[in-house]
Amino acid sequence: MASFTVGIVVFPGSNCDRDVSWALEGCLDIKTKFLWHESSDLNDVDSIVLPGGFSYGDYLRCGAIARFSPLINSLHDFVKSGKRVLGICNGFQILTESGFLPGALVANKNLNFICDDIDLNVITSKGGWFQKLNETQNIKLPIAHGEGRYHCDQDTLKKLTDNDLIALKYKTNPNGSTSDIAGITNEKGNVLGLMPHPERACDESIGGIDGLYTLRSLITQ
Amino acid sequence: MDQFEVKVFIRLRPSVLDPAGEAIKSASNKLGVAGIKSLRIGKMIEVKIESNEEDIKDKIELLCDRLFANTVIEDYEYSINKL
Repeated sequence: MASFTVGIVVFPGSNCDRDVSWALEGCLDIKTKFLWHESSDLNDVDSIVLPGGFSYGDYLRCGAIARFSPLINSLHDFVKSGKRVLGICNGFQILTESGFLPGALVANKNLNFICDDIDLNVITSKGGWFQKLNETQNIKLPIAHGEGRYHCDQDTLKKLTDNDLIALKYKTNPNGSTSDIAGITNEKGNVLGLMPHPERACDESIGGIDGLYTLRSLITQ
Repeated sequence: MDQFEVKVFIRLRPSVLDPAGEAIKSASNKLGVAGIKSLRIGKMIEVKIESNEEDIKDKIELLCDRLFANTVIEDYEYSINKL
């Protein structure tokens, strides 16, 4: 049997694809494969990361054009099969634009591009994306975004809350996100979208290892 | 087939904060124009398209609903002008 392989999708304008590969291969010894967005064959990969960046230059809206790539079209069956998909930053924006996750990401309230390490509360255990150490688990991850303000209507927020789909909340809201939301999962738990960058927190020498667990959980079946 | 010119206007829904609009409102005050109660930024997309007259509205609706606007955060309206 071939070793477990994580597919990393590359769009024109992706810029965190190699960071994700470095974190998975270099820090966790997990095999990766870059997938050009025009490919629709996902048979060789066991889980998928949509990395951060500026797919299609953020034209129209962040993630709006990436949604129409052949790969995203194939992702529907991949997700239905229960395989895991992690959307980081621009990847989260693509997941909302494509309808895999509810809501939308809009311009930060203060209009600044925010680049900082940020404290987060882990809210759900759904999907097992975060290590449950104690009742109120806190982690620190870097954020780097200009359009990371999660927005949804009150009905969607109630559904997210009632069904335990809120994955992460900011301890101090940096961007005006609805209900401090930094990441959410789908109902099955196999799709996670988050604005923070776990791949940038995988080695003590660059400031922390709180992202390791989330990336390692990509190989959970 | 006929030629059409379509203008699509896309606006953030009233419930979505528009911080860039707020910044321009503030700059407008600094320019010395008082009395602005609200200022919100939208987008306008101009499309020239060849189509049968009976299909044109469906085509524009599809473009607006699936691509031009994200209806989670935006509303749209359009005008269709036969050339």
